[in-house]
Amino acid sequence: MTELSSKDLLGIEDLSKGEIELILSTAESFAEVATRTIKKVPTLRGRTVVNLFLEPSTRTRTSFELACKRLSADVINISGPSSSAVKGESLKDTAKTIEAMHPDVVVVRHSAAGSARMLADLMAASIVNAGDGSHEHPTQALLDAFTIKKHLGCVAGLHVGIVGDIAHSRVARSNIAALTKLGAEVTVIGPPTLMPACIEDLGVRVSYDFDRAIGDLDVIYLLRIQLERQGRALFPSLREYSSLFGLNVRRLSLAKESAIVMHPGPMNRGVEISGEVADMDRAVITDQVANGIATRMAVLYLLVGGGETESAADQGR
Amino acid sequence: MRQASEVMDGPAVSRALRRIAHEILERNCGGRDVALVGLRTRGVYLAQRLTSEIAKIEKIELPVGELDTGFYRDDIGLAANPQVEKTEIPFDVNQKHIIVVDDVLYTGRTIRAAMDAVTDFGRPATIQLAVLVDRGHRELPIRPDYVGKNVPTSRKERVTVHLSELDGDEGVWIGEDETS
Repeated sequence: MTELSSKDLLGIEDLSKGEIELILSTAESFAEVATRTIKKVPTLRGRTVVNLFLEPSTRTRTSFELACKRLSADVINISGPSSSAVKGESLKDTAKTIEAMHPDVVVVRHSAAGSARMLADLMAASIVNAGDGSHEHPTQALLDAFTIKKHLGCVAGLHVGIVGDIAHSRVARSNIAALTKLGAEVTVIGPPTLMPACIEDLGVRVSYDFDRAIGDLDVIYLLRIQLERQGRALFPSLREYSSLFGLNVRRLSLAKESAIVMHPGPMNRGVEISGEVADMDRAVITDQVANGIATRMAVLYLLVGGGETESAADQGR
Repeated sequence: MRQASEVMDGPAVSRALRRIAHEILERNCGGRDVALVGLRTRGVYLAQRLTSEIAKIEKIELPVGELDTGFYRDDIGLAANPQVEKTEIPFDVNQKHIIVVDDVLYTGRTIRAAMDAVTDFGRPATIQLAVLVDRGHRELPIRPDYVGKNVPTSRKERVTVHLSELDGDEGVWIGEDETS
């Protein structure tokens, strides 16, 4: 397999195992560019990418922006507070306006689930979902799988625990889809109030006891507790959450020696992860950020590719 | 492939590489500041083969890099993007004589991409080109410095190179292209 079947990347749900593996192996090649003195290749010269971020985001937007710049694409950022969305423009009209500027790729983050799909139907450009409500965040799951592969060799056969607010997390949804497709076993861990109904249908195991589950895990994936949602009283107090589901040195001592700790950021030190754990070598959180750029470069490259299949590569020499 | 005819057999490939190794040394003062860059996939094996020949002749170990030109292609978006493999240039290219090594020289577009890629890593003293087969039909003003064999072809034909490291058998064949 050398190309993706869709013009868009809307969710891991739509990708086959082969497509995920193609993205990961392509990312491997792009990771090398970051080690050069001149961190830039001319691959997407003359292409235009619009970053449409209608929800706050720094790391994902910067990561996409850097990915575009390292591929020599022209990139335009439109972000929430400065966009016409605050003037009341609908997403459909925003889409039409951007379409008139003929971009090749639109990267979109929006608070409504399904917004990326709506744009994909409206626009000829390739749409990359950078997070739509609590639905999906595919590039995060891809960079996480890439990070796991880099640190532990492969994904198949590993046991990954995803800990925290599973119900509101698009990162959890996308990661569950990606990891199970790649052959990993996934256990979701958290208080019952943060566990969506019928989560077992996604092919995962459920645990409400972190201390008991942690010993089996090869990867401990902590989700951010969304402090801004605290008004909704999904658990009694942050202190209680932290004592039952936070990862501290004591709890980590129950895990396998080889287990790695991951977090999509931004971290709440002292809530889901203690400061000491966050600074350990086995916490690969900054690697995730670095790998995010390579993975997004691979996604952009593969989406802008497309076209006829026949092997131009063989004939063009 | 139908009616493929052999233009080089295994021993002929080895002899050509041995001769190219001598030519590289002759033209570059015994190999001082020379480094080889093989183009994926078969160019990498050819580059390794050349360095071991050079080691036998001059007792020097020349550095070898591996390059995938995928990032530098001029047809991105026109056809399906090829799978890009890893690039690894484990030496400083500045002031070096860089020998780019590939199996078949055809339009010259891959070599153009390779030159762009190499110059992104620094400013070499020279860039030279070694190929096992030159089949003609250049679309750019590029010529090889070292050639294993000139093989006149038509555009319809397909040149196949097999190397023992990768394919088991070894040789160069020319045949009609099934796809056209």
